[in-house]
Amino acid sequence: MTGGSSLLARRTAEALLARGDEVVMLQRGDAAIDAPQVRGDVRDADLVRTALDGCDAVVHAAAKVGIVGSWEDFRSINVDGTANVIAAARELGLSRVVYVSTPSVAHAGHSLVGALADAPVTGRTDAHYAESKAVAERLAVGAASDALPIVAIRPHLVWGPGDTQLVGRLVERARAGRLALVGGGTALIDTTYIDNAASALVAALDAAVPGAACIGRAYVIANGEPRPIRELIEGILRAAGVTAEPKVVPLRLALGAGSVVEKIWARAKPDEEPPLTRFLAEQLGTAHWFDPRPARDDLGWRPTVTIDQGLAELAAWFAAY
Amino acid sequence: MSAPALPTAGDWQDWGVDPSWSRTLDVASHDGGTHRWHVLERRPAATERPLGTIVCVHGNPTWSYLWHRVIRRLGDRYQVVAVDQLGMGFSDRLGPRTYAQRVRDLDDVIGALGLEGPLVMVGHDWGGAVVQGWSVAHQDRLAGLVLCNTGIAVPAGRRAPSLIRLAAAGPMTDLACRRTRLFVDGTMWLSWQRIPAEMRPAFRAPYRRAADRAAVRDFVADVPFDDRHPSSAALADVAAQLPTITAPALLVWGASDPVFDDSFALDLAARLPHADLHRFDRIGHLAPVEADVAGVLDAWLAERVPPAGRATSAAASAAASAAAAADSPADRPGYVPTWAALDERADDPAVAFVDGATGVSTSFHELHQRVMGIARGLSELGLRPGERVAMLVPPSVDLVAAVYAVWRAGGVTVVADRGLGLGGLGRAVRGARVDWVIGAPEALAAARALRWAPGAYRVSTGSKPVMGAVATLDDLVRSAAVLPPAPMPDDPAAVLYTSGATGPAKGVRYRHHQLAAQRDALAATYGITRDDRLVAAFAPFALYGPALGIASTIPDVDVTKPGTLTAAALATACESVDATIVFASPAALANVVRTSTGVDQRFSRVRLALSAGAPVPVATLRATAALMPAAELHTPYGMTECLPVADVPLATIDAVGHGRGVCVGRPVPGAEVFVAPLGFDAATAVVAVPPGTTGEVLVRTPWLSDGYDRRWAIERDARPLDAAGRRWHRSGDVGHVDADGLLWIEGRSVHVVHTDRGPVTPVPVEVAVERIDGIVRSAAVGVGPVGCQVLVVVVETGADADGLAPASIAASVRDAVRDAVSQPVAAVLQVGTLPVDIRHNTKIDRTLVATWAERVLSGERAKRPW
Repeated sequence: MTGGSSLLARRTAEALLARGDEVVMLQRGDAAIDAPQVRGDVRDADLVRTALDGCDAVVHAAAKVGIVGSWEDFRSINVDGTANVIAAARELGLSRVVYVSTPSVAHAGHSLVGALADAPVTGRTDAHYAESKAVAERLAVGAASDALPIVAIRPHLVWGPGDTQLVGRLVERARAGRLALVGGGTALIDTTYIDNAASALVAALDAAVPGAACIGRAYVIANGEPRPIRELIEGILRAAGVTAEPKVVPLRLALGAGSVVEKIWARAKPDEEPPLTRFLAEQLGTAHWFDPRPARDDLGWRPTVTIDQGLAELAAWFAAY
Repeated sequence: MSAPALPTAGDWQDWGVDPSWSRTLDVASHDGGTHRWHVLERRPAATERPLGTIVCVHGNPTWSYLWHRVIRRLGDRYQVVAVDQLGMGFSDRLGPRTYAQRVRDLDDVIGALGLEGPLVMVGHDWGGAVVQGWSVAHQDRLAGLVLCNTGIAVPAGRRAPSLIRLAAAGPMTDLACRRTRLFVDGTMWLSWQRIPAEMRPAFRAPYRRAADRAAVRDFVADVPFDDRHPSSAALADVAAQLPTITAPALLVWGASDPVFDDSFALDLAARLPHADLHRFDRIGHLAPVEADVAGVLDAWLAERVPPAGRATSAAASAAASAAAAADSPADRPGYVPTWAALDERADDPAVAFVDGATGVSTSFHELHQRVMGIARGLSELGLRPGERVAMLVPPSVDLVAAVYAVWRAGGVTVVADRGLGLGGLGRAVRGARVDWVIGAPEALAAARALRWAPGAYRVSTGSKPVMGAVATLDDLVRSAAVLPPAPMPDDPAAVLYTSGATGPAKGVRYRHHQLAAQRDALAATYGITRDDRLVAAFAPFALYGPALGIASTIPDVDVTKPGTLTAAALATACESVDATIVFASPAALANVVRTSTGVDQRFSRVRLALSAGAPVPVATLRATAALMPAAELHTPYGMTECLPVADVPLATIDAVGHGRGVCVGRPVPGAEVFVAPLGFDAATAVVAVPPGTTGEVLVRTPWLSDGYDRRWAIERDARPLDAAGRRWHRSGDVGHVDADGLLWIEGRSVHVVHTDRGPVTPVPVEVAVERIDGIVRSAAVGVGPVGCQVLVVVVETGADADGLAPASIAASVRDAVRDAVSQPVAAVLQVGTLPVDIRHNTKIDRTLVATWAERVLSGERAKRPW
């Protein structure tokens, strides 16, 4: 399991351990899990080979995320790192690879309504994360064969207890009174509760056998319960015990403002994530939901935790936290 | 002279044509020369045997490109060849050729292509005339004849198409056709708005240079406008031989073609009486690219033309003969004409009809006199059996008398619902091609101004013939002519247009025996005897009165706004005939309840109150029952094509409580209901689903209408056969039959939400949602692609704000839907008001709601379009 310090990798490892698999974690820091750990960078091919030696399969979740950083950083970690993992897997004779991708590799900037996992779009110069992940996904699925089955999984907007990305930022902004809803919050957005994302990675591991339909393909993973984004955000804030009322910003304004903020931020505070980006404005202001059937048919996977159950878990976590 | 240079592979692809379809061949001509032809040809893979061979011939000034949609659709199973006529498209440019030469040219190229087996010949415009010429001469090789916006002779009473007349007028011909692109572009322009932009350059491509357009001019010049023209005799000869064709024939028509309009279609239909006719409303001259001609052709070939080298398949012919046996009894036992009761009461001074607006009553004696008088008068004026008569008369004794008179005289009444609006009414009257119009002066003025029925004879109501009318109804009554022979039970009687909740209005054809059976079904279902008297707040229902032999009246209400019927107006109407039966739409009843001031003695004799046409709220039925203490409340279920199908008394509705949908009761005596799988294939024998399973509701009764007027493909899709070869009617509704044999309706099949977990029907969702306090009306719709749609509920709460519903309402809706149908709801939207149909004010246009919901839920700021 590469990228072991992320919530998704940790929860997936826990699920694998719980059913009796043995797991080795690879990440730069500490994975906070009771399993053997290799510490280091996926850019180090020798280290990757060391970590994978003796494994049957690898889940490659390590990645540089966010919008802060140079293209070279994103490229070397996300593209070269993926190449290292696949090369080691092939060399060591592993039986399968699950590559953790993102729906933003096919990000089209318009509404996605019951969409399928479109082919990755490359050639963008304004979105280092999406561009590097798209190049890496192409590389990964292109390397798939019956000798080394590879499946790409694109979890869409993962959230849950302990999540510092989506939930953490929403709550932080709402508490600071800086949360704005784009376009009235009517856009239907599907999301993925953390346990479902983890079970999907496990399902992909199990499904990636020679001859399977999923080999060399990418699947979007989500709860299959699109909701108006306003309802989702209100649900998460309610679970966190935050009562702030989000402001409403028209979509066009948000898109323009996002572009401007991104540019100013990049100069003023290059090491911090800006509060609004064009990408975020699009994500929040237009519909994003997917056809659940390919993952169900090819991976045999269905989500087991509903949004309402997830929100209850989240509330319990905040209450205990 | 050589043909224009062939398009490049890139051009072909831009135009939606596979470059491999295009080829040229040198053809030895009957004229002794050799000419190079260009054709588009496609056939199945070499390993597969084609189902048949189709030859398509374009007209002037198009080319084989006209058929590219047909080639795309059928070329994987059939060998399809579309030729460029000589001088046209990318074939050789030659001197002028006559009609007879063109027919022989076609035979030359068919021979050179080596097409030997039986051929399906398809022609458009003057290519249609060429195809007809070939077909009459080669009937042994003709598998089928398909004609599209074409002709063989100028129909009687019609002048040649004015556009062509203008173009063919001496020196104009050369200017319009060759020296300028006027004719080429003009033809395109006739259909311009409906032709996708990428097709337009393709149509122009072979006619860019004046030299390339010579044949366009010559072709126009070859259209004979008088008998002295060299091609006149040849065309007349083919026209005369056309009735000898026995191969299956299809007339597929763009109904808005100003050149080859409906009159040409009907002229051909008269020459080919066995032909199937399919008209496309609002489609023009270039129908093969404007409309799905390819799809209709595909379905028609499958049904009518057996695959090459095989006789009609045994199963199909068995089914067809069984269907014939089931649907065409040799005689009609028990048939009593609709006017028989009028004959019986010819001397009866009792009231037959009361005009609600004026209070004037007409006795049975007077009504009989009037009906038979008008029938004699129409016959004397020249009404022939089977001629169509548009009834543009407001509900009144004039309407009642005129309808029965037309039936008695053997005419076919064309009745259009005012709810269609002026545009829909016009399309209906025009589409029906009526021979006569009977109307009030205002209606005749509209018909004349809007050219609904040019050339039709007009008869007006009132005291003087106006608006070009040849007579008034009163004039006809005074006719001294003898009564014409009565029509036979299987003769056509009526074409009814109603405001379809979905799609364009379709004319529904009825024969006399079907109308008579419908009357008998109503009498049997509701125990109607001569002791009953009827108040019909839905005007067409009042027409049943004379057939049932009972007095009837229409209350004083604006027919276009049934929801304005007041309790006082209904009570006055009941008093005027001492009513025992009341029929009113749900909207009308709701207003009666609203405007009522308590129990009214004038309702005391009402034994039966009927409400139908749309789902009737139970609260309205209960309130009506309170107003009419002696009345049993019933809701018939049915449709324009078949009424009644089922019936449910209020007592049953109360007893069954809430269920999956709206309970419409049990089939009435003589009616059968059959629930077919959702999305079943109408082309194969349909099998019923197990009881309790949701499916599409099919019905079958002796009073089922004949079919749809001039819409072959729609009629075929709407009337599937079961394994026993019995023909059923698709109601368009979805529902199920419960363990007690009660039919529950769950919505329209086009409104079913197709989620990734399976289909969800809207009505059970709405029924559950509307039980929530504060929700007036709701619509359950699907958003997203079919197969992974999500369920969205749009509610009307009285609040005048469109958008996401407040959190508390959303939560109650989600809970209610989960409890009732175990379905997740993606979003709950609220609107100030939901769109409803004009006629009933209750049927929600869910398709429109879904379109709006999808935009809102994509994040757009969408104003609702209603």
